[in-house]
Amino acid sequence: MSAHEIGARRLEGAAIAGVMSREVANFRTFWKAVTFSSVLEPVVYLLAFGLGLGATIVDRVNGLEYVEFVGTGMVATAVIFSSALPAMFGTFVKERFQRTYDAILAAPVDVEELVTAEMLWIGIRAGFYGCFPLLVTLLFGLDPKPAMLLVPLFGFITALGFAAFGITMAATVSKIDHFNYVTTLVVTPLFLVAGTFFPIDGLPEGLRVAAQVNPLHHLVELVRGSAFGFEAVDLIRVAALAAFSAVMWRLAVHRMERRLID
Amino acid sequence: MPAIELQGVVKRFGAITAVDGLDLEVQSGICLGLLGPNGAGKSTTMRLLTGQAIADEGTIRVLGHELPREAKVARGQMGVVPQLDNLDVDVTVEDNLAVFARLYRVPDVREAVERALQIARLADRRRDAVDKLSGGMRRRLLLARGLVHRPRLVLLDEPTVGLDPQIRAELWSLIDGLREEGSTILMSTHYIEEAERLADEVAVMAHGRVIARGKPGELIAEHAGRETAEVYGPPAQLAEVRARAEAAGLAVRPAGPAVAIVGAERAADGVVPEGAVRRAASLEDVFVLLTGEEAE
Repeated sequence: MSAHEIGARRLEGAAIAGVMSREVANFRTFWKAVTFSSVLEPVVYLLAFGLGLGATIVDRVNGLEYVEFVGTGMVATAVIFSSALPAMFGTFVKERFQRTYDAILAAPVDVEELVTAEMLWIGIRAGFYGCFPLLVTLLFGLDPKPAMLLVPLFGFITALGFAAFGITMAATVSKIDHFNYVTTLVVTPLFLVAGTFFPIDGLPEGLRVAAQVNPLHHLVELVRGSAFGFEAVDLIRVAALAAFSAVMWRLAVHRMERRLID
Repeated sequence: MPAIELQGVVKRFGAITAVDGLDLEVQSGICLGLLGPNGAGKSTTMRLLTGQAIADEGTIRVLGHELPREAKVARGQMGVVPQLDNLDVDVTVEDNLAVFARLYRVPDVREAVERALQIARLADRRRDAVDKLSGGMRRRLLLARGLVHRPRLVLLDEPTVGLDPQIRAELWSLIDGLREEGSTILMSTHYIEEAERLADEVAVMAHGRVIARGKPGELIAEHAGRETAEVYGPPAQLAEVRARAEAAGLAVRPAGPAVAIVGAERAADGVVPEGAVRRAASLEDVFVLLTGEEAE
């Protein structure tokens, strides 16, 4: 056998690319629906919040027009909803109902490569679709800035962590209905206490501290930084998001090994 | 070097011992039928061979690689055809194949897909989504997907379970083709006819262990003799026939509405009643005698 025998190393790029190519092949069958809602949702939200709330009740927030405040914040909403939820439901369905992972793990792919590939694919997707609220906000009058080109990268790093979170949940629950607990107890609070719709400064002490450990809050701040100017602390935010994703990655691999290997 | 070597393999799931001290060797180039009733441990054995289950005790070598440590390398050289259809149903036939060609690191994906399409006889349906295919076509695709990288060893887990007879015959001819190419095949099945028709050797499995092994003809000669006599009649009469045959030292097994006296050629006069149907002993006789379960 040759020195680079198939399957002899950990985290082989070809194995990861192979698993991702399966996701791409499947995605080609439903990308239109995803794209449609990714465009329409921020439009609806911005019309409701910006023209409704912004024109009638709220004036400016932290010196920003309310449409610009919400529009930039909604990048984080799009990122968590296009990473944590697809990861949770997708992983569970592929594991339990479609037995896709049985097929993949019979090939020279191990659980670590499988999880890594799924995370990367969801990360790329969410990084891309996460930009749509920002693009829509530009149409609502936000000034474009070169730093906004970093937004897909911020979205990607954060989405990796939430994808891993979704995979971890899928590898933990015994029934698909249990995802209701996860969305109600984790995903919705994270998305509400991220500083998307209202600044967290005005919140009670406890919630302000909670927001500081909410990865989504840091994503919100980074996106606003790209639109209105970065601060030094934003470097720490990027590092914190990367650390969050790295920890969740190892946890997801561990949980999936327990779930998939008898 | 044998393609597969298992020694003293034990696999427990909680209180259940699915594989219980299994020794099994499969020489290169043969088709071994792993025959056993449901729950005998066949599927667990298959999962142990791909590293999708880790043995609690014993050693497993596949194509010279020690499992579970080198399971990924071993998987690269074997093809697995699962019992349950796990194709991507929304994706086209050729994309299903291409994904697996990539997972197996085939250098020329296009060529491998063409070859697999020929095997599955689905070249004209290549751009159709899998959920547009008939059940037989899906099964052929599932088999071809496991062969996309020209594996040295093929694991077939109950390849025709739950299929109608026509589809089963189609798959059998595909598996026959594989045998003629000299691939090593391990095929689990609980259909006697399938093992008889396709396997060079049969290992009968029960309660997580191999309880008999040999060529079908040898197994029949050793465990069932030459001739079996089937006796039909009311239950009371059958019970009497059974008692008499067993007293004469012959094995008797239920055979649907009848009882079958195995080794009838050795029976003394009067043990096999007039009107019994005599036929050549079969692998089914062996299976039922050894496992105590009625065959399908």
